[in-house]
Amino acid sequence: MMTNSGNRLTQGQFSFLPPLTDKQISSQIKYALKNGWAIGIEYTDDPHPRNTFWEMFGNPMFDLKDPAGILMEINSCRKTFPNHYIRVTAFNATRGVESPTMSYIVNRPKNEPGFHLVREEKSGRSVGYAIHSYATDKPEGDRY
Amino acid sequence: MSKQSKNPKAAETVSIDLDAEFRDSNIREVLEKLDKELIGLKPVKTRIHEIAALLLVDRVRKQLELTAGAPSLHMCFTGNPGTGKTTVASRMSEILHRLGYVREGHLVSVTRDDLVGQYIGHTAPKTKEVIKKAMGGVLFIDEAYYLYKPENERDYGAESIEILLQTMENNRDDLVVILAGYKDRMDKFFQSNPGMRSRIAHHVDFPDYGADELVAIARLMLAGQNYRFSPEGEAAFGEYIRLRMKLEYFANARSVRNALDRARLRQANRLFTGAKKALTSTDLMTIEAEDIRASRVFLEGEPDEVPAGDAQQGP
Repeated sequence: MMTNSGNRLTQGQFSFLPPLTDKQISSQIKYALKNGWAIGIEYTDDPHPRNTFWEMFGNPMFDLKDPAGILMEINSCRKTFPNHYIRVTAFNATRGVESPTMSYIVNRPKNEPGFHLVREEKSGRSVGYAIHSYATDKPEGDRY
Repeated sequence: MSKQSKNPKAAETVSIDLDAEFRDSNIREVLEKLDKELIGLKPVKTRIHEIAALLLVDRVRKQLELTAGAPSLHMCFTGNPGTGKTTVASRMSEILHRLGYVREGHLVSVTRDDLVGQYIGHTAPKTKEVIKKAMGGVLFIDEAYYLYKPENERDYGAESIEILLQTMENNRDDLVVILAGYKDRMDKFFQSNPGMRSRIAHHVDFPDYGADELVAIARLMLAGQNYRFSPEGEAAFGEYIRLRMKLEYFANARSVRNALDRARLRQANRLFTGAKKALTSTDLMTIEAEDIRASRVFLEGEPDEVPAGDAQQGP
C-alpha cells in the first residue's frame, strides 16, 4: 500500500495541498507582515523531520511592508537551489513567544525518493524504529 | 487598434464619470492639502497634478479594459537647499498610494550610507535590503550624486547604482524611486550615468522661493507651532528675509525655520526678563518685531547660523 504517493515531503503548513502559486505565497507573506513577523527564507537538502535547522538564504527580513521584496528573494533562492527544499518562515519576536509562527515549503526537488523505515532489533524482542531518507545516502549537494 | 475593435463596449458606448472617480480616490484632499501647505512651487504642483490626472485616467481606462503598461514614475527632484524636495517626496508617496499606483504608500528615505557598503561584497546586500524595504512604496534617495564618486575608481557606489537601475527597470510596479539633489551636481551625476537619466521619466526642478513666499512659509510654520507674528513682527521678518537672502548660506525654507527657532528663543527670553509677570496666551503666542530685529543679520549683516555651522546642510 502506498500511503503517500509521490513521496511528497509533508512538513509545515499547506504541505498536503498542491504547491502554492506565487500569488498565494504573496498573500501568506502579507498576512505575516501584517502581524509584524520577520520573514526568513531557508533551504536544505536533508529532508529528515528532525532536521529543524535549515540553512538561511540571506538575512531574515525585518521592517518590510510589501511581499514583493520577499518574493523576489524567494525567486532568487529558487534560482540558486532549484533542486532543494526551500521554506519560508515567519518569526514572531514578541517577548515570551520568540518562535517561528509560520513555516511552509515553497520549493521542492523534482523527484522526492521518500523515506525508508529502519527497524532495529533490540534485546528482548523489542524493536527500535527510525526513518532514513533515501536521498541522504548521497553526499550533501548531490542528493537531488 | 485590434484591442479596441475587440472591445466595442470600451470604445464608445460606456461612459465613466471621471468626477465620481476623482471623488472616490480621495485624491482631492491630498492635492488641496498640497496646494495649501506648500507655498509657491508652481512647476512642481503642475507636474504632480499631471501625474495624478494620468493615473486617474489610467484607472478609468483599466475599468474599460483599455490596458496600457504601467507608466514609469521614477522621478528626480533638483533644487537648492530648503526648497521642499523631501516634503514633496513624502507627499508624493501618499498621492501615489491614493491613486493605487503603489500598494503601501510608505516613504523610505535613504542616503549614500544606507546603500553603499564599506568593503567588497557588502554593497549589494545592503542596497537590496533597502530596496526590499521600499517595495510597495517610494524609495527616496537624498543627495543621490554622492552615490557616484568618479575620483575614486574603487568606490562601491557604482555597484549600488547598477542594482538600482536593474530594480527600477524590472520592478517598476513594485516601487517608485525618487532621486533628489542640487541641480548642478545632479546634472554631473546624470552625465556620468546616462542609463540613470533615461530611466527617470520625470525631472522636476524646484525653484527658489521669493521673499513674500518665504514670509508666507514662516507664517505657516509658526501656525503649526501655535505661534504667530504681530503685524510689526511680520513686517520685520519680511525685512529680515530680504536681507538674509543676499547673505551666504541661504537655504530657503530651512533658513526660515532656523530663523524662527531663534526668534522663539528670543521671545522666551524677552518674556522671562520682561517686567510683565502676568502673561496672557496672546503674549505667549506672539512673536514681536524686537524678537526678529535682535538678529545679527540686522546688526552686523552676518547670518546668525554660520558659527554653529548648521546652515549648509540640514537633516
